[in-house]
Amino acid sequence: MAVVSSEATAVATESDIVTVRRLVREASAKLGFSLVDQTKVVTAASELARNTLIHGKGGEMELITLNGPRVGLRLKFHDHGPGIRDIQLALRDGFTTGSGLGLGLGGAKRLVNEFEINSQPGEGTTVTVTRWK
Amino acid sequence: MATTTVNQNASLASIIERRRESILAEWLREMSGATRRSDLMKESELQGQCGQFLDLLARASGTGTNVQAAAYEPLREMLLDISRVRVQKGFTPRETAMFVFSIKRPLFTAIREAHGKDPVAMAEQMWSTTELLDSLGLYTTEAYLKSREEVIRRQQEDMLELSTPVVKLWEGILALPLIGTLDSARTQVVMESLLEAIVQTNSRVAIIDITGVPTVDTVVAQHLLKTVTAARLMGADCIISGVRPQIAQTIVHLGINLLDVTTKATLSDAFGLAMHRSGFSFIRSDKKEKRDN
Amino acid sequence: MERIPILRMGEYLLVTIQVDMHDRLAMTLQDDLTNRISETGAKGVLIDISSLEIVDSFIGRMLGNIASMSRVLDADTVVVGMRPAVAITLVELGMSLTGVRTALNVDAGMDLLRNSLDARKDALYGSRIQ
Repeated sequence: MAVVSSEATAVATESDIVTVRRLVREASAKLGFSLVDQTKVVTAASELARNTLIHGKGGEMELITLNGPRVGLRLKFHDHGPGIRDIQLALRDGFTTGSGLGLGLGGAKRLVNEFEINSQPGEGTTVTVTRWK
Repeated sequence: MATTTVNQNASLASIIERRRESILAEWLREMSGATRRSDLMKESELQGQCGQFLDLLARASGTGTNVQAAAYEPLREMLLDISRVRVQKGFTPRETAMFVFSIKRPLFTAIREAHGKDPVAMAEQMWSTTELLDSLGLYTTEAYLKSREEVIRRQQEDMLELSTPVVKLWEGILALPLIGTLDSARTQVVMESLLEAIVQTNSRVAIIDITGVPTVDTVVAQHLLKTVTAARLMGADCIISGVRPQIAQTIVHLGINLLDVTTKATLSDAFGLAMHRSGFSFIRSDKKEKRDN
Repeated sequence: MERIPILRMGEYLLVTIQVDMHDRLAMTLQDDLTNRISETGAKGVLIDISSLEIVDSFIGRMLGNIASMSRVLDADTVVVGMRPAVAITLVELGMSLTGVRTALNVDAGMDLLRNSLDARKDALYGSRIQ
């Protein structure tokens, strides 16, 4: 798998969510994603960045451009927050520990092609999503 | 280790330079035996390609054997070009790769003669040259596949576009007559072009007619539902018409909830409803009758 | 502090969201709008989101909340101009904004608000005088 570029950005404040959306929009447009695919991956990034901020108490996003054999965009959201105790439960629509709708994780999963979540209670969570062109 | 490799390759370059003409002649002969396709390509064109390949190889091999390196860029580009042209001309990937592989014998003959007294150096250089040519040959295959994929993707896109005609029935009323089997990819394209057309034509009602659709599975039914919901989010109503009895049965058996969706048996019923919703009404002008009276 | 302007047009309030909103700004808009409805006694709210390139669950929830809150305050809400790509994504995300009325553009949205207000007046006072 050929990684063309990789850059990290902090997710520590609310305005960082807007920055994440902008960065992902630019990267997906540069890769030639269709408008619908751009919108999907940006929306997924927005949901995951908010999760990182609210549930993970802040962290960072790594944006990876993949080229060959397939063109795609991979986003890694990493935090050192309390972690997720029951991942299956967290992915279920409508489940929430905060005040949201509980669509964040499950919704983001539906908007991408690949979704991977690693979490250790007490140590943090890493969510990796990939959207192919 | 690294220094000897560079030295060997430098000598590969010098071998090619010294014996360019004989290698070229032998290579062309080699190809006429194995994979020459005079029906697809002119002799002079092939000669030109071979000469160019040798020159580029001589220049690049001085820097190492990593074909991904920048020094190999012109050579890679040339092979990419060759593969692309050959796809269009109807060469098989084997024939395209053999273009590179068939240089082995003439080149090895030249190497053997150059290293006559040193079998170790000869073996080493042959090995590195084999590796180099193998990666270049595989590169043509990769390039070949890539251009094939491009062709397939373009055809798929063309087909998808052809199969989604959104038509305007009346001011503010669109129809999308679907014909043939709906798969997930096609339904998605259909959905997008319908929603785009709603915005472009400023239509408040869209009719999706599935008279020509033989079967509907869960995934397709879900896509249809999503289309209806997305249209509603944009401020337009969808009507699904032409639901066949079998499809109605399937939908109920699959437990898909179509309660929130307006369905009509025929396109004409749906059109009548759409006109009514848009505030239009029909009046038959019976001129003939009037005259008779 | 950054705020999204709310325009008043007769009995209606008009909001055009033109920036990529961060969450705090969305919450401020929700507060401002409910305050303005009760101050002005507005009968309808029109929110134009045609400039928005994405609507995620947070903004979706805000739109739903505004619709519910204004209903309690006796005003209709209509969201206009959602882009196709945004609508497709929102549905995929799992939000259908049930309870939020929608229209293609500002004109269609104003028509919807007027008709609904007329219908409400009819119900209250009987047939209106033409």
